[in-house]
Amino acid sequence: MTRDEILQQITHRFSEEIIGKYEKSDKRVYFDISVSAIVPMAQFIFKDLRARFNIASAVDGRERMEILYHFTAEDADLVLSLRVILPKSKLEVDSLTPVFTAAHWIEREIHELFGINFKGHPKLERLLLPEDWPEGVHPLRKDYKEWDPGAIRDRGA
Amino acid sequence: MRLLEKVFLKSLWVFHLATGSCNNCDIEILDCLTPRHDIERFGMLLTGSIKHADVLMVTGAVNRQCIPRIKRVYEQMPKPRLVVAIGECALSRGVFMQSYNCPMPLDHVIPVDVYIPGCPPRPEAIMAGLLKLIERRKENRAETGRENDSR
Amino acid sequence: MAKTIIPIGPYHPLQEEPEFFILTVEGETVVDIDLRIGYNHRGIEKLCEQQTYDQVTFVVERVCGICSTSHPFAYTQAVEDILSIEAPPRAQYIRTIIAEGERLHSHLLWLGLAGHFLGYNTIFMWAWKLREEILDVMEILSGNRNNYAMFKVGGVLRDIKKEDIPTVQKKVDSIVPTLKKLRSAVMDDPVLHARTKGIGVLSREAAIDYCAVGPTARASGVARDIRKNSPYGVYDQVDWNMVVTENGDVFDKVLVRLGEMFESVKIITACLSQLPEGEIDCHITEVPPGEGIGHIEAPRGECFHYVRSDGTNRPERHKIRAPTFMNLPTFKKTVIGGKIPDTVITLAAIDPCYCCTERMTVQDLKGQKLYTGEDLIRLSQEKTDQIIAEMRR
Ligand code: SF4
Repeated sequence: MTRDEILQQITHRFSEEIIGKYEKSDKRVYFDISVSAIVPMAQFIFKDLRARFNIASAVDGRERMEILYHFTAEDADLVLSLRVILPKSKLEVDSLTPVFTAAHWIEREIHELFGINFKGHPKLERLLLPEDWPEGVHPLRKDYKEWDPGAIRDRGA
Repeated sequence: MRLLEKVFLKSLWVFHLATGSCNNCDIEILDCLTPRHDIERFGMLLTGSIKHADVLMVTGAVNRQCIPRIKRVYEQMPKPRLVVAIGECALSRGVFMQSYNCPMPLDHVIPVDVYIPGCPPRPEAIMAGLLKLIERRKENRAETGRENDSR
Repeated sequence: MAKTIIPIGPYHPLQEEPEFFILTVEGETVVDIDLRIGYNHRGIEKLCEQQTYDQVTFVVERVCGICSTSHPFAYTQAVEDILSIEAPPRAQYIRTIIAEGERLHSHLLWLGLAGHFLGYNTIFMWAWKLREEILDVMEILSGNRNNYAMFKVGGVLRDIKKEDIPTVQKKVDSIVPTLKKLRSAVMDDPVLHARTKGIGVLSREAAIDYCAVGPTARASGVARDIRKNSPYGVYDQVDWNMVVTENGDVFDKVLVRLGEMFESVKIITACLSQLPEGEIDCHITEVPPGEGIGHIEAPRGECFHYVRSDGTNRPERHKIRAPTFMNLPTFKKTVIGGKIPDTVITLAAIDPCYCCTERMTVQDLKGQKLYTGEDLIRLSQEKTDQIIAEMRR
């Protein structure tokens, strides 16, 4: 399938869910989509278009959170990114893990580093942070402050 | 006891502990074992169990999850025990100094005998550091005349 | 039969992502595996937001020592994607040479350790001795054995000197005969076949479902290689082949990596002979607001970076995805159903952290059975000895 066919199929099928489309270059296309559309769209791209799930990146935009889901369509040499925008008051999105296993770890990572809840994830536990890390502190948020008074931040010379 | 000390310094067994490193230091330690550098000619052997070790080689930026484990490993070590910090990370944490998950340098967690700087130190530097450790221990012995210190 | 829990880990000094495995076994067979990672988490993504664009290259170099070219490569690609520029041709060639040198030394490192776990210490020593030659090449080209500091946004930091090229070429050529010897040692050895064929099989479907990347996927018949699918550097200007095998077991993973080493030598040779004259840097002064994605093929698979810029001199967000993040969960498929002595090599087959296996402990919850990591490697090595004895008979 060529690049244009892929883009055409997606825009045709999900014309209502897509809020914005931005073609950065031949190889990179970004879609802004509504929060509820992520599962059907990811399923379509992964199962029907046979694209590969790269990873999801969460971004703290101060007023809102964004999650970008990156997919690569290997034959067409195209990276598709689906962007969902979450208000800070409701950090919740449907989990993709039931659709493909590859999303399992990254959703756990985003959950602990940004505090975003993934509905329907089978095991939303800590992945990277230690057991004694305080609950509710999410280090990758922009408003993160040092919470440990014992931390030493000089070279110790 | 003289004999024991002599034997001890002739056959140091090292145990290697990574505490949040980027692997380069660890690979360079393994490199010391391979034919070009061959650290075994100094009687040193990399052991897989802390219970058999005389020297603890620590690499990495001491991450929060590792701190209790470093302490536990250090306690399990038979005495006399020596600690070597390898690489910029273990010395001062290098680029990871401001990281939220690396709260303190290694020497705030356990006492360190020798520091080997570099990112990563070359295998030659690691060997030189270990040989210096042996030399220094011999000199200390000669000066103080103490046979067996508590560490 | 009583279930036994085996904790493995947590120290994994040889890979960017250390883990703690908990194996559940019934008798000799593994029935479940669980992973706990985070022993190496250093918050690099947060650190990158505090550094300038030029400094970030050096921070990401320290994500993983073995992939100390791949991460800066992917990062510079991502920033160049924001800027919509490409590095000058000579810089592209130099980048490709460094990246392939890294692939060579990484695969040799893996081969040596895999040999060690199977009780073939000769392979370990040979492979690591050979690796020193590559490190010498890297030292000539970049000035350091690891952490090369060659990359910068818009080009490279160091040029390759004309007078170095013959030496480098000679060194690279000199490893080929030994590599061939190693390859035939692996291919013709019936014991190695017995130990690795049909062990730890990752099916094609599972590889797709887990989105496995790199040699792990290619060994399962998924032809996935960013260097071919989305050429960067000068991979589209030199002649090389993608190595793909069908079975997905440990043996095939060895084959893929062995094959790739010869391809790497080919690529380096071609690059050195075609190296064009010209600039090595395009002098970028500022990065406009925007977002960019860079992905490249690291020795272990696709390495993915996403950078968001807000127009200041620091990235607003920098997401790093190392290949093992996708490959590690495949353990759930490959280890379950296998035997304990095979676990070590199956875990090692995707090229994760090796020293983890040196720190394994097996505990029987009710009884007093207690194995250490050494015991598990010994079990693995004993099995090899047994097979040798049986074959002699
Ligand atoms: S000192 Fe440098 S090479 Fe060693 S672990 Fe730290 S970052 Fe890696």
